[in-house]
Amino acid sequence: MSTKALNLGEVILWTRRMSVRRALVLFISYIILGSGIVFILIPFFWMISTALKELGQVFLDPPVWIPDPVVWSNFWEGWNAMPFTLFLRNTLIITLTSMIGQIFSASLVAFGFARLRGKGSDILFIVLLSTLMLPHHVTLIPQFVLYRLLGWVDTFLPLIVPAFFGGGAFYIFLLRQFFLTIPLELDDAARVDGASTFTIYWRILLPLARPALATVAIFSFLGHWNDFLHPLIYLHNEKLFTLSLGLNLFRAEASAVTPWNQLMAVSLLVMLPPLVVFFVAQRYFIQGIVFTGVKG
Amino acid sequence: MGNGAAITRSLPRRWTLSQRETLEFYLFISPWLLGFVLFVAGPMLATLLLSFTQWDLLTQPKIVGLSNYKTMFTDDPIFWQSLKVTATYSFVGIPLHMALAFGLALLLNQRLVFLPLIRTIYYMPSVISGVAVATLWLWIFNPDFGAINVILAKFGVKGPQWLASETWALPALIIMSLWGVGGAMIVYLAGLQGIPTDLYEAAAIDGANGWQRFRYITIPMMSPVIFFNLVMGIINSFQTFTYAYVMTRGGPHYATMMYVLYLYQNAFQFFQMGYASALAWVLFLIILVFTLLIFKSSPLWVYYEGQLHPRR
Repeated sequence: MSTKALNLGEVILWTRRMSVRRALVLFISYIILGSGIVFILIPFFWMISTALKELGQVFLDPPVWIPDPVVWSNFWEGWNAMPFTLFLRNTLIITLTSMIGQIFSASLVAFGFARLRGKGSDILFIVLLSTLMLPHHVTLIPQFVLYRLLGWVDTFLPLIVPAFFGGGAFYIFLLRQFFLTIPLELDDAARVDGASTFTIYWRILLPLARPALATVAIFSFLGHWNDFLHPLIYLHNEKLFTLSLGLNLFRAEASAVTPWNQLMAVSLLVMLPPLVVFFVAQRYFIQGIVFTGVKG
Repeated sequence: MGNGAAITRSLPRRWTLSQRETLEFYLFISPWLLGFVLFVAGPMLATLLLSFTQWDLLTQPKIVGLSNYKTMFTDDPIFWQSLKVTATYSFVGIPLHMALAFGLALLLNQRLVFLPLIRTIYYMPSVISGVAVATLWLWIFNPDFGAINVILAKFGVKGPQWLASETWALPALIIMSLWGVGGAMIVYLAGLQGIPTDLYEAAAIDGANGWQRFRYITIPMMSPVIFFNLVMGIINSFQTFTYAYVMTRGGPHYATMMYVLYLYQNAFQFFQMGYASALAWVLFLIILVFTLLIFKSSPLWVYYEGQLHPRR
């Protein structure tokens, strides 16, 4: 549209045409987004529906979408078919301890990179960033050998201890980006008042970085909760199994007729904590994404 | 951790400010530096050394020179198959993923009535992953009673055997991965919302039409985000493990033998630590080459704000 001589009639015609077009675009958008939502939700619906069916009804042709009768007992029967309560305890121990380790060690390192400069700090930061792209399978075997030498196989230690050593490049980077947004004047003011560097980290930046720490906590929780490869390698004793290993065992050991209803019920229970965390803390997810993916 | 402060306070006076800051810097990053040496750099070197040996974990490692690599490239069809499977999974899956995520983000970047709700629903599958998701999709892909074939049957189509079919097992895994498209979509959406609206207004005044605004504003402004997603997509997709392990064990007949799954089997099922280490190094080199290629190509197509002339 040229800004020059537009007479009134032309303008009216133009706006009307635009709004018709706009309505059409919106209509098509809703249709496409709606069919996407169907694709996203069908698996959830299928899972819930199966989890509430009698086993006989699971294998009906044509299938029943709404269970009749609704069998709530699948949840506790599935849960008790294996020591899932013990698996939950193990998962919580690993997940929560690693989470604490990651929050503290990653924030400490991030503070170093955001606020302090030393010989070699630029190079080390590049090294840190490049480890973001390192496939961790390259280090898997020697790490296993190391932990085996230490006698840590069949303990939680290989799953927990690394979290205390920096907590992963991703989290360090995320926290560093956040620290950079906090004005330096705060540090200077504290320093004038005689605060040590550690006090500035602990008393000033850490409390201010609470939203970013929440993001780290959430991503860390999800990562450990969903992890399968590491528990698979390090935990062989069934008493130490995590929920992931337990669920995999439950499925693999199922008899001739797979109890899909119970399997779906337990799967649903295993998915529940991540989903709840997501719904409760949605804005921290978005924030973490903005800080790493977009501004990075 | 509290001793950092104590140490710096007790420093002798004659230390210069910059020396003191260097020391503090190293104290603060020491957890990561130690972890990097112990769990990353050291093991990487060890993997390289191990890749020249034959070792079953029980007896002494035997040095065999380059023979692991020679076997891999000349005498191991499963290695080539796993490369082919992983490459197909990545180079079909990633473009699909990126296009879908970008398209959805564009649709969501309008004044929509239920925007927060729609966004939440799309992101939901990205939160869950691992064995529970694998179990769910095993059931969905069940040839006789699974949701997909049941729905297909409604339209009179007889669905394939999916995970039990050599042809359909890998496509099934790709379809399943599209369920998690919301993760990348949110990243794109955040990027789109960060584009200053005055750019579009200025372009509209200059007479740019919708396509031109998309081509000359949206795409260049989004190119760093696309770049980030592409790099991360390749790295992640080359490392797919859990779904192949739980759902197909690499079968049927190696149709879904992902590279990392083959690496895992060699290391922890066949106890061929030397051979598995060689596989690990080759994986590292492959990912390195792709990452470098993308980085090298980035000046051609990635536009960073603050750069005066977009290089084209």
